[in-house]
Amino acid sequence: MKREDLDLIVALSRGRAGLRIDPEKTYLIESRLAPLARREGFGSIPEMLNALRERKEDRLAWALVEAMTLSETAFFRDPQVFAYLAQEVVPALIRRRGPGAAPLRIWSAGCATGQEPYSLAMALHERRRDLGGAQIDLYGSDLSERCMEKAQSGLFTQFEVQRGLPIRQLVEHFEKQDEMWLLSPRIRQMVRWRRINLLADLTPLGQFDVILCRNVGAGLEEAARTKILDSLAQRLAPDGMLVLGTAETAGSEAFLPIAGRGGLYTPNPAARAAA
Amino acid sequence: MRTCLIVDDSRVIRKVARRILEDLDFEIAEAGDGMEALAWCRAAMPDAILLDWNMPVMSGIDFLRQLRKEPGGETPQVVFCTVENNLDNIRQALDAGAAEYIMKPFDGDIIEAKFAQAGLI
Repeated sequence: MKREDLDLIVALSRGRAGLRIDPEKTYLIESRLAPLARREGFGSIPEMLNALRERKEDRLAWALVEAMTLSETAFFRDPQVFAYLAQEVVPALIRRRGPGAAPLRIWSAGCATGQEPYSLAMALHERRRDLGGAQIDLYGSDLSERCMEKAQSGLFTQFEVQRGLPIRQLVEHFEKQDEMWLLSPRIRQMVRWRRINLLADLTPLGQFDVILCRNVGAGLEEAARTKILDSLAQRLAPDGMLVLGTAETAGSEAFLPIAGRGGLYTPNPAARAAA
Repeated sequence: MRTCLIVDDSRVIRKVARRILEDLDFEIAEAGDGMEALAWCRAAMPDAILLDWNMPVMSGIDFLRQLRKEPGGETPQVVFCTVENNLDNIRQALDAGAAEYIMKPFDGDIIEAKFAQAGLI
């Protein structure tokens, strides 16, 4: 790959989504962009980049950035997190809010093809008797439109349903459809989807009680990661919770870690007051 | 060290699964059909059994139903590993006492995840 081509890919990915792309890893870049070039009808990646330079087509530029995002995910990744949320965090929030309160709002930000919010939906559905009929609004978002379409379809490959999903939950919540597995409408209807760039203004989204943003930061430039965490802090209820990957640290004054729970944070009241 | 009996009529599958499970610190025994597997279990019950469905002499599901009637046969955690990928088969396996179910093809990550879900690692 030519230097100028790599520079364009890195600049677009960083500028639009804060993605950290190592230009030395050309094999990775090529493996992510080759399918896009084919889909868009180009003979090669350089041909696609030339067209992008000439036409300055916004849609194609976004498609390139979306193709460069990490979409690694699995059902019930770190299962203890889902158990903790469904068995302790959400019931405690419901109790604290009291009867007649507005629905709890939980957002899985940067959720790729949707396995994370669907895992939470399944976990909450299975605990529904303990939740006293409280309404819970679950939202899933990702930068990638293609990921959102796939998430919304609720259709997963055999490989995907075997990554993390216990077999009893497969039997309980999925139907086989040819060689794919279709999640039941009951669980699908629990989650609403939206393409969201976390670097954009998130204010219109309102306030959330729990925000999951797991393993998103690893693929981002530090400045973008900090900006996103600060934005998420503004979107979180004062007694809400931020859930990062179990090995991730917020490294931000906007949050206080929850002792003994890797990757779990509450908003820092001092930082909130200062803001 | 925990023990795992790999039951599959394909020597290639047994070899691949053995390599994966040895890396997960299991001591491995192998059987080529359900009857041979029963003989192994009667001699010494393993902690885990990775079990194919379609095999000559005795199928995986017949083996599992028989195993659960044997003295001590309720203890091994059984993980099916088969090309049978219909809900009906999966339900039959769970009803017979399987802890987890892998649909072939599989890889090391899937075996590790399923064994973890079955509480074996």
